Amino acid sequence: MDKTNYDRIRKILEDKHYFLQGDIACAYGAILAGCTFFAGYPITPATETQEAMANLMPRIGGTFVQMEDEIASISAVIGASWSGVRAMTNTSGPGYSLMQENIGYACMTETPCVIINVQRSGPSTGQPTEPSQGDLMQTRYGSHGDYEIIALAPNSVQECVDLTIRAFNLADEFRNPVVVLTDGEVGHMREKVEIPEYDEIQFAKRKEPEVGRDEYVPFRAVDDSLVPPMATFGSGFRTYVTGLTHDETGLPCTDDADKHTQLVNRLVKKIARQRENLTMVEELYLDDAEVVIASYGIASRVALNAVRSLREQGVKAGYFRWIGIWPFPEEKVRMLGEKVGKIIIPEMNLGQIIHKVKEYVPDTCQVVGIPSIGGRIHHPDAIIREVLKLVLSPDKVGGVKD
Amino acid sequence: MRTEIQIAGFGGQGIVLAGVILGEAAIIDGKNAVQSQSYGPESRGGAARSDVVISKEEIDYPKVLNTNILIALSQPAFDKYISEVSKKTVVVIDKDLVDSNDKSHFRVPFTKIADNLGRKVVANSVMLGYIAASTGVLKRASLEKAIKKNIPAGTEKINMKAFEEGWSLGEIGKSTKKVK
Repeated sequence: MDKTNYDRIRKILEDKHYFLQGDIACAYGAILAGCTFFAGYPITPATETQEAMANLMPRIGGTFVQMEDEIASISAVIGASWSGVRAMTNTSGPGYSLMQENIGYACMTETPCVIINVQRSGPSTGQPTEPSQGDLMQTRYGSHGDYEIIALAPNSVQECVDLTIRAFNLADEFRNPVVVLTDGEVGHMREKVEIPEYDEIQFAKRKEPEVGRDEYVPFRAVDDSLVPPMATFGSGFRTYVTGLTHDETGLPCTDDADKHTQLVNRLVKKIARQRENLTMVEELYLDDAEVVIASYGIASRVALNAVRSLREQGVKAGYFRWIGIWPFPEEKVRMLGEKVGKIIIPEMNLGQIIHKVKEYVPDTCQVVGIPSIGGRIHHPDAIIREVLKLVLSPDKVGGVKD
Repeated sequence: MRTEIQIAGFGGQGIVLAGVILGEAAIIDGKNAVQSQSYGPESRGGAARSDVVISKEEIDYPKVLNTNILIALSQPAFDKYISEVSKKTVVVIDKDLVDSNDKSHFRVPFTKIADNLGRKVVANSVMLGYIAASTGVLKRASLEKAIKKNIPAGTEKINMKAFEEGWSLGEIGKSTKKVK
């Protein structure tokens, strides 16, 4: 986005500070990132983003479409993205499940797009107004086949702005869907937000073809990034887009094991090989930590409170937060497990990220989950109790099952 | 140092909006604030609750831990949350909607006052005026600014009148515990 467009948006977002809901902050982040297309279907607790987008899009010359359902919504976003614009949808719970097939389609067709998932309590329609962190694994594995996804988890309203902007940049840089995993609590709570100035925002651009129309091969990676330049519809370049296994020309070749392997490996590698650059974590009180509370999203707000209380009691507790969930920061977690022998993981689900942690920390590292479902955010005391159990009598805790 | 305020009642009483206004006023005061809410799938009639945490420092846990002020505007809300408060909590109830046999609770006819002004829905503005004056938790000017920012156009007059009525009552009850 150029400065003129930014200034136009700041005529709408004219205040420097807002007391804002997380959902609306995602909408503000989107327009600051240059998003000009939104398609969605209303669902609690995600609707506020759509209300905001319905209001904002016409004012910035963008497009807002209320679709007939979530399948149509993600489809429209994929189509819009191929026309060259930054496009986004948002949803929750059952709506996110409906989007899974086409999220896979976006991965396969290398279509940049942003999906905000305001996680609510499931399965099924579950508890519409209640927060949850139940979609972590679905985000990674919810569509069929092998693929990689990028997912970011804000824990504050400010991060709803900042990470939505980041999500658009990553989507364009990697030509991949990027999911912002908020939840019903972060989405509905209000906090102070500072609108970033133009020079504080980074704007990544899609890589465009640098060769002539005759030489352009739409799905051929031309450099180490493994991300092919993207010629959008209407730019005059020949492009064929299909969810079927395709060769570098984009044309289907569904019975060729080698070509399929080559394609899917590239789709996976273009993200996986950037794992370290994509690692986004927050680490506090870790230097002398004997036990660490590792968390993400809303649960991390509780964790930080618990860590501070424990420190006041003289317990050497540390704080580790995933800001980027996928791709999983394997090396960081391995190092954490080597440094601190005890990790406690509060999650608003029955245990999801804990499995990834166990996969990478050494066997000697004790990993204990604290699940909380039903829409109930952990109470700091629940975390403190678990930490004390672990620190005070490690032998006994060895038998505690998560 | 956190100041924690919980407003509870049923959907349609302006519970969430009152919380938003308190939070916004805190921001205008230069403090940090988190407002969160919980409610059922019904937009009116179901249980509604709004938590506001105000602090000069960064706020980690976004919900109430040790409620400083509980405002109960319905009997079910009162029954549900009264067990969670401590002896130090200032408890304020709508006199005509909540029965309490605890003499330390402050009884104010918020809804009746609003009704007399001509619109029941401004009961939350009466309540905000009362809380502001009696507890000193936020500056009057900040609250007035926050109210004006958040109410529908055309309702400024009645809302400010409601706030004023609440403020006067709160001034009288100022001998009540100050909440910092």
